[in-house]
Amino acid sequence: MARAQSPRRTLIFTLVGWTVGILMFFPIFWTTVAAFKTESDAYSLPQNFLTTPWTLENFAIVQERSDYVRYVINTTLLVTLSTALALVLAIPAAWSLAFAPRAESSSRLSGWAWIAIMLAAAGVSFVTLYVNDWKVDNFVLGVVLLLLVVAPATLWVWTRNTSGTLLWILSTKMMPPAGALIPIYLIFNRNGLVFRDWGWINLSDFNLMDSLWGMVPLVTLLNLPIFIWMLFTYFKEIPVAILEASRMDGASLWNEITRVLMPMALPGIASTCLLNIILAWNEAFWSLNLTNKYAAPLSFFISEYSSPEGQFWAKLSAASIMAIAPILIIGWFSQRQLVRGLTFGAVK
Amino acid sequence: MKFTRFIVGALAASLATSVYAETTLNIATVNNGDMIRMQKLTDDFTAANPDIKLNWVTLEENDLRQKVTKDISTKGGQFDVLTIGMYETPIWGAKGWLVELNGLDDPADILPAVSGGLSANGKLYAAPFYGESSFVMYRKDLMEKAGLTMPDAPTWDFILDAATKMTDRANGVNGICLRGKAGWGENMAFIGSMANSFGARWFDENWKPQFDTAEWKDTLNTYLTIMKNAGPEGASGNGFSENLALFQTGKCGMWADATAAASFVIDPKASQVADQVGFTLAPDKGLGKRANWLWAWALAIPAGSQKVDAAQKFIGWATSKHYAELVASKEGWANVPPGTRTSLYANPEYQKVPFAKMTLDSMNAADPTQPTVQPVPYTGVQFVAIPEFQGIGTKVGELFSAALAGQMTADDALAQAQQYTTDIMTKAGYIK
Repeated sequence: MARAQSPRRTLIFTLVGWTVGILMFFPIFWTTVAAFKTESDAYSLPQNFLTTPWTLENFAIVQERSDYVRYVINTTLLVTLSTALALVLAIPAAWSLAFAPRAESSSRLSGWAWIAIMLAAAGVSFVTLYVNDWKVDNFVLGVVLLLLVVAPATLWVWTRNTSGTLLWILSTKMMPPAGALIPIYLIFNRNGLVFRDWGWINLSDFNLMDSLWGMVPLVTLLNLPIFIWMLFTYFKEIPVAILEASRMDGASLWNEITRVLMPMALPGIASTCLLNIILAWNEAFWSLNLTNKYAAPLSFFISEYSSPEGQFWAKLSAASIMAIAPILIIGWFSQRQLVRGLTFGAVK
Repeated sequence: MKFTRFIVGALAASLATSVYAETTLNIATVNNGDMIRMQKLTDDFTAANPDIKLNWVTLEENDLRQKVTKDISTKGGQFDVLTIGMYETPIWGAKGWLVELNGLDDPADILPAVSGGLSANGKLYAAPFYGESSFVMYRKDLMEKAGLTMPDAPTWDFILDAATKMTDRANGVNGICLRGKAGWGENMAFIGSMANSFGARWFDENWKPQFDTAEWKDTLNTYLTIMKNAGPEGASGNGFSENLALFQTGKCGMWADATAAASFVIDPKASQVADQVGFTLAPDKGLGKRANWLWAWALAIPAGSQKVDAAQKFIGWATSKHYAELVASKEGWANVPPGTRTSLYANPEYQKVPFAKMTLDSMNAADPTQPTVQPVPYTGVQFVAIPEFQGIGTKVGELFSAALAGQMTADDALAQAQQYTTDIMTKAGYIK
């Protein structure tokens, strides 16, 4: 039973709630109104949306100019495939973090041992450079960097205890995506780091640019940290004794996860999926940079209607409404799971 | 080894996205009216060339520039035809990133100022699809009310005087609307060309920045004063689109901006002042240069493309006289892409378009190879065709926009611009 509240308190909370709600909704409201106005009316300030005529012509123009259905199909494919792939990777990861945690670092290595590893890496790098007559091309540079920077750091992460690993997983979301743009662009690109003429095999006819083969794993990896964290918190709430009981009854690990754990965590898995569907649907940075047409999702479709010279607000608004409408409807239908998903961890 | 090769080959084959059955041209283009119109008219091209398929990628100008630059500098080969401007063409052409064009319809017919700005080492690397300059659009009724007559070639003194006299803030009328939003293609396009008419320049012959000169001080102070006395509120956020909306709703006496704006302001469906608009040349100070810029969106072929022949054919079609006639027959002469060919302006039908003559005169008044009163080592009227300019222009634009918003004085803005530009040019090795 909730605590009884004074009417005044209720009134204040209601007012604050509505104010925040209206403030949050205002941009969507404005976009919706602008989408149904002519270009010059959409620009006029103050906006007198009651007196100016309403029109559907922006939607007609957008329909005529772009293949909306193709964008919707691309987005749907991208969202479902990346969410499914993320589930396959995140459920085992979250299980292991929640039910088989490592309390302390598995490494018995002392500080001296780490210094020895670093020195060994430096030594091998030295030998690599020496064998190459100190000529540094990209390949040699790659090997040296791998040994000096990546290898010790990876070893260190692998030996961390569970709480350290969890933080490390989340830390991958802390880097601004633009920082990784150039390397990822070159990995995707023709004549880049992978799809080039290697001498013994010519890969330069292929590339991942503008294809779902590249975008699906990328979006999966983008959302994987959040996926693992959310599933981890849900799994933590399930008593480990139940899983132990199933093991006593002879369940294999596969059966333990698929027949015992997953049915119990279904609401949690559903809300995790929902949140990630929304994140993947709205992903814009990578799709703007790495797609053009064949794999271009709805965020790309919106950007087609922006222009620094000319009036475009009404058409841009119409495109935005068309892009967010499907996900908005899904969101309304699944609001309850979403609220729980968005506030995960806050009530524990 | 053989097995690995098979596996890798099979994997790669499954990743393949390109189809070689027919030639598909991937065309990166900018979102503006003329380009969108061309996409609708391509049946005319594909009917004559059934083996060529066209695949359009339409983007906002800055996104397009980023995307195309990334692709061409890494030789990614995503596009076969690029839409680029007068800024990129000379730089990329000199680097050998573009294919020389040879399938054009009557190249001698292209306006000399435009072909000059799209060439490097005397070779044409991009074919102009449409060109624009800038001029002054004004309200004839307000001009009359202020007791003035707009000359065909006004001076800055006249414009300043007229702007003050036309201002009627009680009735929401601002004497003049100018760009204030920061960016090298935004406020600096206007202020840069204004500076040319004041005798200022970006760099001297030794690439030394010139913001510490009296000419720049005069330019910036004049700009700030006129905007304070006769400009709209919050002008530091106004770009082309915002000013267009202000002018269309009768809130500006004059508006100096792109010639491409003309068809919008005389369109009675969009503009409340459509029947009151006059056009005149951008002002000067009697020093021999006018305050108008020159820009062209042009089509080019990246050096890595494997479909050069088809791309040459397409560019030839899109920039031909035949295409101009095609647009005219379907949508009227006013919608033909302007500013590229001498023959278009000699056409008696096109001369009936109200802004035709003033557009041609404006374009001829700008010379990208000799943009300033004093000699300079660069080409480009409202920009400097060097790779460093985008960063410099945008930073200086931010400083000038801040000065317009009253966040710093004109002297501070100029001093910081001088400092920043000197740093960048020293690092880039221009200043030794």
